Amino acid sequence: MNDKVYYWQALNRSLDVEMAADESIIVLGEDVGLYGGSYRVTEGLYAKYGEWRLRDTPISEGSFTGLGVGAAMVGLRPVVEIMTINFALLALDAIINMAAKIPFMSGGQFPMPLVVRMPGGVAKQLAAQHSQRLEQTLMNVPGLRIAVPATPQDAYWQLCQAINSNEPVVLLEHELLYFSKGELDESRQAPPMHRARVCRQGSDLTIVTYSRMRDLALQAAMQLADTGIEAEVIDLRSLRPIDWDSCIASLEKTHRLLIVEEDSGFAGAGAEITAGLTERCFLIMDAPPQRVAGKELPIAYNAALEAASIPRVADIVSAAQQLCRP
Amino acid sequence: MSFVQADREELAMELDLQRKMLRDMLLARAFEERVAQEYAQGNIAGFLHLYPGEEAVGVGVLHAAEPADYVVSTYREHVHALVRGVPANNVMAELFGRKTGCSGGMGGSMHLFNRERRFMGGYAIVGETFPIATGIGYAIAMRELPEVVICFFGDGAVNQGAFHESLNMAALWKLPVLFVCENNHYQIGTEIHRHSAVAEVYKRACSYRIPARRVNGMDVLAVHQATEEALAQIRVGNGPQFIECETYRFRGHSMADPGSYRPKVELQAFEKNEDPVKIAIAEVVYPSAEQITAVGRDNIANLTESLRSGGHFPAEHVDVMQADVAAEVEEAVRFASESPEPTLDDARAALDCNRQGEVLV
Ligand SMILES: Cc1ncc(C[n+]2csc(CCOP(=O)(O)OP(=O)(O)O)c2C)c(N)n1
Ligand SMILES: [Mg+2]
Repeated sequence: MNDKVYYWQALNRSLDVEMAADESIIVLGEDVGLYGGSYRVTEGLYAKYGEWRLRDTPISEGSFTGLGVGAAMVGLRPVVEIMTINFALLALDAIINMAAKIPFMSGGQFPMPLVVRMPGGVAKQLAAQHSQRLEQTLMNVPGLRIAVPATPQDAYWQLCQAINSNEPVVLLEHELLYFSKGELDESRQAPPMHRARVCRQGSDLTIVTYSRMRDLALQAAMQLADTGIEAEVIDLRSLRPIDWDSCIASLEKTHRLLIVEEDSGFAGAGAEITAGLTERCFLIMDAPPQRVAGKELPIAYNAALEAASIPRVADIVSAAQQLCRP
Repeated sequence: MSFVQADREELAMELDLQRKMLRDMLLARAFEERVAQEYAQGNIAGFLHLYPGEEAVGVGVLHAAEPADYVVSTYREHVHALVRGVPANNVMAELFGRKTGCSGGMGGSMHLFNRERRFMGGYAIVGETFPIATGIGYAIAMRELPEVVICFFGDGAVNQGAFHESLNMAALWKLPVLFVCENNHYQIGTEIHRHSAVAEVYKRACSYRIPARRVNGMDVLAVHQATEEALAQIRVGNGPQFIECETYRFRGHSMADPGSYRPKVELQAFEKNEDPVKIAIAEVVYPSAEQITAVGRDNIANLTESLRSGGHFPAEHVDVMQADVAAEVEEAVRFASESPEPTLDDARAALDCNRQGEVLV
């Protein structure tokens, strides 16, 4: 029951459970079928559900995502896997101009039970074209929902919820999380899909983060505790909508806000979180909010440069210490 | 049933169809001309792309389709929606941006939708109809239904990547999609020889082994027949088909475009000799006594065939039809102008139409 599983296995379980329960769920993407998925997420499902429900597509991101949109309009529940978010740039028309607009433009006539799953983030020396995050590109689109699961349990829950929603949902996974392990209890009741989670209690500052940075923030919090600073760590789990109430409740206790994001900071998710929480909590903040974010650089191939381009635990620790200085 | 009787019944059905198609073409022309006037008066705004000159395509294709078939169209889609049976009132109201419009006032001219009529939308990004139609086709094929999805697009759209990506997938998985190119020879101001290395659009479908043909898109009967044949092929599971309809638009690309890049003679030639509405009238109207006399008795026998397809339809009946569609358009304008505007709450409701009471945070 409380087995430790890989993140990819949790996603696989979610697909398997949902596909068994509902014949209208299909998976579309490159190598999702026979091959079993680039990150093993669809392993074993092709044999079980067949080629119409696990469709190996040509390298046509724009059109197979758009195909998912058309299929969703007539009652299928497509889960589109885009190999990595970098290739989703070719599918933005389908995601932004079609999926997010059709229910609205039609005056509310069509369902859009579409899930677009894709990994993003900096992995291991994949260079500039394979290391992007791009969440801010999608955050600015009314009509889309964006979940960013950081653990196997959340990956399982949020994919199940995304599949069962009639609204278009983007699931941003992370390349380095697929082979991370965590508990998965399928019988546990899921929290609402976009609710944030307090993963560590603290009273001195609130660290708001998401996706892979959650782990770094938790490590930083342990180190901070040794220096006498108790950080509360909030994993947002979602970037649209954002669970402001959970963040506000924490700030009412800590009065200090530090945001940690892997993406470059300029006009990024952290900027929205800063603005949203400043508007709501200005009067209870003891210091200006701070961001620890990726550098304003494309990601270099060189290993040292790559590592220096995104937040490290030490960066989070020192930013927190600065913020908490009396 | 005797042969003669069966023959008569078939003839009666054919004539009935021709009259219906003629009525839709007259409605299409009257509707669009009125829409242009309403735009000039400020009752309709935004980008507005009209259909005069191209009526035979939409009417011929859609009269060959079944009610259970789906239609995906572009921003030049008012007539497609009308022929599909979306009431003129609701189409006009949408152009006026009213709550009673077929998209609740959220879509406008370029985004007409009607779920009940399986009118799956007008899309304003050139090339979007390909993947949408392919996806609907995927759902039909997976469920093994006898339905087809009809995908309209212009000659300019075939240079989008989505054209090639989608045709490839439709052919690969034998999806029930009828691709219909409305080749009016222009991509706004760029004539087809200046935008396509291969100007015979239908040939481009051959790269994907999709059976394709070119028809005279000014002749509603030719379009209808080609569509019937293509749909029959698709319905027996043979995969997608492709029809290129050669046509011409009489107006500019949109109301913002005077269309001055086109040689005047080109436009005049089409308007004078190839107006699809005039051709359709000629095809159904019973020849007048004068016409028969002019042709001469000896040739009456030769006329029999064209009569058979041409029909027994006195010219006065066309006038009655004209009056009828004019009244329908007039009523649509009245309905639209008296309809309420949508509210911000309506807009939010449209955006959240699929929320299902879900608690998000
Ligand atoms: C992707 C995209 N690029 C450009 C435009 C602007 N645009 C609107 S219609 C059009 C011409 C399309 O020509 P065609 O496909 O032949 O259709 P027609 O208007 O002639 O029916 C262009 C360039 C657009 N709407 N979408
Ligand atoms: Mg054109």
